[in-house]
Amino acid sequence: MSDLTVKKKPRPIWFNLSPVNLPVPGLVSIFHRISGLLLVLGLIWVLYLLELSLDSELGFRHVREYMTHPAAKLALLALLWAFLHHFCAGIRYLFLDLHRGIDLPTARMTSFLVFAVSLALALIFGVRLW
Amino acid sequence: MVNRVVVGAHYGLMDWLVQRVSAVVMAVYVLLLAAFLIGGGSITYLSWKGLFAQGWMRFATLFFVVSLLVHAWFGMRDIWMDYVKNTGLRLTLQALTVLWLVGCGGWALQILWRL
Repeated sequence: MSDLTVKKKPRPIWFNLSPVNLPVPGLVSIFHRISGLLLVLGLIWVLYLLELSLDSELGFRHVREYMTHPAAKLALLALLWAFLHHFCAGIRYLFLDLHRGIDLPTARMTSFLVFAVSLALALIFGVRLW
Repeated sequence: MVNRVVVGAHYGLMDWLVQRVSAVVMAVYVLLLAAFLIGGGSITYLSWKGLFAQGWMRFATLFFVVSLLVHAWFGMRDIWMDYVKNTGLRLTLQALTVLWLVGCGGWALQILWRL
């Protein structure tokens, strides 16, 4: 007797892990973590620059010169964006803790606001830096 | 008996509260520093050093550094707890985080108190 059952092809399993598909408050949240991690890693570089700039007149001028390098500017801009996002998202979380803006439309609106404000400030800083 | 994980949290409200208080301390400090950087005109070595050499600024920066270390510890610990499931690896990462933060804190205090 022939086998009448249809051989089923295995169904593709699709895990959509793309953060792009997160709702905006979710994006704010994951970038809050990423920016926090970046800031912790960047701490050592900031301390290096702070020590050098406070050490002597020569060190201060050295930092000035060092910061004219495009790679240093880019790193500073990245750290500054990380800080701005962390700062803005953090203020949003403080308000959420006080039960302000917890309804969905407001939460979405403030999430957009976090991205808008932090990116705009980073852009202004970037333009002034270059 | 409650089954507690040795590299888990302390299951309390304290961490949450400390995270908020340290955040507010840092926010105030950063706004003050930003006001100096933006509003103070051009910054020279003397004005830069003069700012950090003042007594009140030294203590403000001390509060900032302590807040930063505590805040970064809880934040990093939460990241490791959420994404790293292997206990040994998690413990290693948490220990390295503590070493990194304490090292940075010590360096920051050295920079400040040498002025």
